[in-house]
Amino acid sequence: MNTVVVKKIAKDFGKFRAVDKISFNVKEGEVFGLLGPNGAGKTTTIKMLTTLLQPTQGGATVAGFDINKDQNDVRKNIGIVFQDPSLDEDLTGMENLQFHAILYKIGKEKREKKIAEVLKLVELEDKADVLVRYYSGGMKRRLEIGRGLIHEPKILFLDEPTVGLDPQTRRHIWDYIKKLAALGNTTLILTTHYIEEADYLCNRVAFVDHGKLVALDTPEALKNKLGGDVVSVQLGRGIDILQKRLKSLKWIKTLAKHEDFLDLTVNEGEKRIPEIIMLAEKYGAAISSVGLHKPSLEDVFIHYTGKTIREEEGSAMDSMRQRRTAWRR
Amino acid sequence: MDANAIYVLWLRDLKRFVRARSRIIGMLMMPIIFLLGLGLGLGSLIHIPGTTGSYFDFIVPGIIGMTLLFTSIFTGSNVLWDRQFGFLKEILVTPNSRASIVLGRILGGGTTAVLQSILVIAIALLLGFQISLTGYTILAVVFMALVAGTFIGLGLTLGSLINDFQGFQLVTSFFTMPLFFLSDSIFPATVLPKAVQYIIYINPLTYGVDGLRNALTGTGTFSIWIDLLAMVVSTAVMFAIATYAFSKTQSG
Repeated sequence: MNTVVVKKIAKDFGKFRAVDKISFNVKEGEVFGLLGPNGAGKTTTIKMLTTLLQPTQGGATVAGFDINKDQNDVRKNIGIVFQDPSLDEDLTGMENLQFHAILYKIGKEKREKKIAEVLKLVELEDKADVLVRYYSGGMKRRLEIGRGLIHEPKILFLDEPTVGLDPQTRRHIWDYIKKLAALGNTTLILTTHYIEEADYLCNRVAFVDHGKLVALDTPEALKNKLGGDVVSVQLGRGIDILQKRLKSLKWIKTLAKHEDFLDLTVNEGEKRIPEIIMLAEKYGAAISSVGLHKPSLEDVFIHYTGKTIREEEGSAMDSMRQRRTAWRR
Repeated sequence: MDANAIYVLWLRDLKRFVRARSRIIGMLMMPIIFLLGLGLGLGSLIHIPGTTGSYFDFIVPGIIGMTLLFTSIFTGSNVLWDRQFGFLKEILVTPNSRASIVLGRILGGGTTAVLQSILVIAIALLLGFQISLTGYTILAVVFMALVAGTFIGLGLTLGSLINDFQGFQLVTSFFTMPLFFLSDSIFPATVLPKAVQYIIYINPLTYGVDGLRNALTGTGTFSIWIDLLAMVVSTAVMFAIATYAFSKTQSG
C-alpha cells in the first residue's frame, strides 16, 4: 500500500526551479530516504508534502489526502522534525510536548500517557522540566523527534535529522529512528546528504539532484546496478584522452569523471589495475593515484550525477542560502 | 475556530510573561517616567481649560494608552522571534486555522498587556491619581483589552509582513510615535488646528484613551458608548487584517 503518492510535483522560486517534476511513491511502514547534496530540493519537497509550501505544479496525496486541497487532513496525519530547531526555548521540554499535544487536540489522559512514552523513547525523562534553552543540540533533536511522535502520525518526516550533530549523538539518533521503524506504526520519510545515513537507515533511497529525481531503489539494488568494483584513478594530466580511449573497452561497465578522477566499474578490479596503468602510459596520461573499492551508495550517486555529494557542498546555491540566512539574522 | 490552539497560545504568552520578570520591570520604566516627568512634574504647571480636575488625572489614562500601544505593537515582534527560532513552523503545520492562531496570540498578548496596565494604574494611584468609582469603572478593563486587541492586530500584521528585526523596529517606530502623539492622550484634541484634529479622530487610540478617561475619571470628549463602539470596530477590523496577513506569512 502506498501512503504517499507524489505526482510530477514542481516548485519555482522566481526563475529558479528548486524541484523539477518529481514523482515517487512511499509504501506504508517503510523508511524512505531522499538523498542529495544541499540545495538539491529535498527540503523544498518535504515542505510541499507537509503543506508548508504550495507546489507551483503537480501534486501529491499524503495518507490519502490531497496536499493542495485537504491541507488540514494532511496536517492531522503527519509529524515533522524540521531541519532547523523549532522548539520554544523559553518553555521546558515537558511544556513543549504538552503544547504540541494540545495543538493536536489530544485529551489530558492520553496526553500524559503519550508524553511519558515518548520521553522514555528519547531518554529525556530526567530533563523534562528543564528549560529547553539549557538543552544540548542532541537533546533538542531528540525532544523534537519525540514531539513529532506524540500525536501518533501515520507518517513522520525527518528533514536532515542529524545535521550538525557530533558522531556519537548521530549514532544515538539513528538508534531511535531504527527503534521507531521496528515498531512499525509509522512510515518514515527522511532527507539527508549523508550517504551512510541513507544506507544504514533506509529501505529505499531516492537520489535527488538539481531538483530532479535521478534514481530510486533499495540501497542494495542501487549498489548492484553498478555491477562490480570501482577503480578510482586520479590523473595529473590526460584525463580526457584516457576517458575517450577507455570508453570503447568492453570490460569497463561504467565510466564517470569527477574533478581529476576517473571512476571505472569493473569485475575483479584488483586484476584490472595493471592494465589500466599500462593504458594510461600508452596514451600519455599521468596517474597520480589509484584506488579500489567495493561499491558504496556514494559511487552509485556519482554514477548517476557525475559528482560526489561533497563536491556540491560549496556550490553557489548553497552559499546563497547561507548568505540569506545570515542576512535574516 | 480551534479552542485548543487559542488556549495553548494564550497560556504560552502568560507563562513567558511570568518568567520574564526583567522584561516586566523594563516595560514599566517608561510609563513610570512619564507619570513622574510629564504627569507630576510638567503637569503641575498645566491646567486644561474647561476642566476642574488636575492634569495628572487627565494624563494617566493617556499613559495607560501609551503602555498598551507600545507593549501591543511589540507583541507583534514575537512572530519574528518565532520565525527566527523555528517555532512558527511548528505552529503552522498543526491542523489549526490561522484565525485561531491569531486570536490566541491577541488574547495572550492582550492579557499580559492588561496586566501591565493594571500595574501602571496601581502605581498612578500611589502617586495620587483619583479614580471616581462608578458603574462604568469596570469598563476600563474592557477598553484596555480592546486597545490591546487593536494594536496587537497591527503588530501581528507588521510582524507577518516584515521579516527582519531592524525593518520591524523602523516601521513600528514610524507607527507608534504618531499614534501616541496624535491621539488625545497627553492633550485634548481641541487645542490643535482643525486639520490635525481629523487625524486624531480617525486614530483608534483616541477613543481607547477617551473611553478609559470616561471609565476612570468620569469625564471625556465623547460618550463612553461611542468610544466602546469605535474600539470594538477597530479591534474587529485589525483582527481581520492580521489574520489575512498571517495566513500569507511563510515559515522562513
